[in-house]
Amino acid sequence: MSITNENKLVETKKLTLKVFRFNKEINYLPYYQTIQMEVNKDELVLDIMNRIKWEHDGSFSYRRSCRHGICGSCAIKVNQKPTLACKDNVFELVEQFGEELILEPQDKRKAYKDMIIDKETFWNKYDQVQPYLIADIEEFPELENIVSQEDAEKIDEADYCIACGNCFYACPAVEVNDEYIGPMALTKAWRFNADVRDNAHNERLDTLQKLGSGIWDCVKCNECAEACPKELDPIGKITKLHLQTFENERSLNNVATRHAVGFKWSIKKHGILDEGELVRYSEGNFGVIKHIPEAIPMLLRGKLVFPWNMPKSKNLDEIKKLVDITSTAKF
Amino acid sequence: MEKLKYALYTGCTARESTPELLMSTQAIADKLGIELVLLDEASCCGASHLQDFDDMLSLVLNARNIAYAEKLGLTMVTICNTCQLNTAVTKDRLDSDPELKAKVNEKLSEVGLEYKGTSEVKHFLYALQDEYGYERIAKAVTNPIEDINVASFYGCHNIRPSHLQHKTNGGENPYKPTSLDNLVIALGGNAVEYESKNKCCGFHVELQNPATANRLSGTAMLDAIDQNADMMVTPCPLCHLRMDVQQHNIAKEMGRDIDIPVLHLPQMVGIALGIEPKKLGLHHNVNQTGLKVK
Repeated sequence: MSITNENKLVETKKLTLKVFRFNKEINYLPYYQTIQMEVNKDELVLDIMNRIKWEHDGSFSYRRSCRHGICGSCAIKVNQKPTLACKDNVFELVEQFGEELILEPQDKRKAYKDMIIDKETFWNKYDQVQPYLIADIEEFPELENIVSQEDAEKIDEADYCIACGNCFYACPAVEVNDEYIGPMALTKAWRFNADVRDNAHNERLDTLQKLGSGIWDCVKCNECAEACPKELDPIGKITKLHLQTFENERSLNNVATRHAVGFKWSIKKHGILDEGELVRYSEGNFGVIKHIPEAIPMLLRGKLVFPWNMPKSKNLDEIKKLVDITSTAKF
Repeated sequence: MEKLKYALYTGCTARESTPELLMSTQAIADKLGIELVLLDEASCCGASHLQDFDDMLSLVLNARNIAYAEKLGLTMVTICNTCQLNTAVTKDRLDSDPELKAKVNEKLSEVGLEYKGTSEVKHFLYALQDEYGYERIAKAVTNPIEDINVASFYGCHNIRPSHLQHKTNGGENPYKPTSLDNLVIALGGNAVEYESKNKCCGFHVELQNPATANRLSGTAMLDAIDQNADMMVTPCPLCHLRMDVQQHNIAKEMGRDIDIPVLHLPQMVGIALGIEPKKLGLHHNVNQTGLKVK
């Protein structure tokens, strides 16, 4: 506890901040600056970044603008947790990580100066999904373009995305696969593919289905859902795009789509999944051959189940019936 | 203390490609005095892929699985992270949306079942941590895993999204999870600190993008190895399939030798409890380095 100027007791904590420092024009390697700071319970991460700059080192650089969680500029990582600096309270982070906080930019590999990173790739990927309304709307329409409440809800708050990049820079698929367009662009794609006024749904789906870069390359880790400061559940939007490819009868016939569809057939047949058959169905009779090198040690270690030994769920008739009366999806 | 009793949803891999997971789970439950009732009626959870094709079917099948645990009046425990997520997501959606629940129950009523929402769904790891207690496990240890550096690999679907998982995982911090590390310590081992413990193994894109899957697993495994891990342990059979069965392909992608045993959580517990290796299915593991299976 300490006493403020107004002689009121304010709860404070003494923290050790380890701050990522790097200036691409001067430094060969980044380094961490250690700063001790007494922080009060109402301070946000942005407040402590301001204090680093104002009280400790004027050269410390970071992006900031609105201070209201709308512009998305001040997103950084604190102890690896994607953070919107103007929204996240420091005491709450101390509760999660202890009294040593490590401040780093969203992607250290892209660091330009301290917390400021080069976001060119991020914005290029955003551009790829045509993130705007594509519609033939008359310039002077006679009637209003009314969207019903029900139709508006399909957008599922995807229009609240502030493009802070927290999901993108938390996504492990983005980290290892340069082609993958990532959760932010896909959330934006859903925002327009759920919009009844937009005429380019199928055009977008065709782009987004490409293996290597699109919806089928999401690794389903839920890092994006965890990272989003607006709680928009980007992975949920990716799932909606998957479903839309089937609903619009636009899905391609490839290893990823057959893998999703194969679950239905396998469950209907055995209740539990026939793992071997799923791989064969997904890869095709020729494609499955490439899995022989890992199948051999599995066979030797008793990890393969053959069709004649395939276990089945009890009360399988119930499962078959439920598949028949429930499933409406087409492939 | 009252004997703990759960309905065990094994998932599919424990009946097929990771038989050692079911064997070791049952072996340690016996040893610890936990009763597990197998849910043999259960179907596949859809493994987070069926929901991409047919959302309603995924909900109905998962609700049916939970309904069988409810009929027994027991908490459902899972031994696969992805089963846990899919089941927990279904439960959460049905419990918070009466209209959706009614639609699902309309289907289930056709086979004489009803989803009520009365059974909790939690991963076995958290049943051990929060209900059985690590102190009790530590007391049962006869063969401490001393001097072994164990890298815990948590697997995504037990820790994210945290707003959902916190209902049953004791509030595990997805950026700094501790449950497995604390279990390693309770068993007498050294918990390895490494950055990748909460990262993704890439299992779900293994078929369509093996390079992504191998790089993700590889980065985590090399991180563990570089922090002097002697072995890895995971509560998820899908992570295990990648890191054990695919170890050779991962090494090839990463351009470095990788030779490290990967244990399922109950295999590690079983070793410390002095259960014989055969009962823990150690002979089913592909990487046998240091396992000395008799």
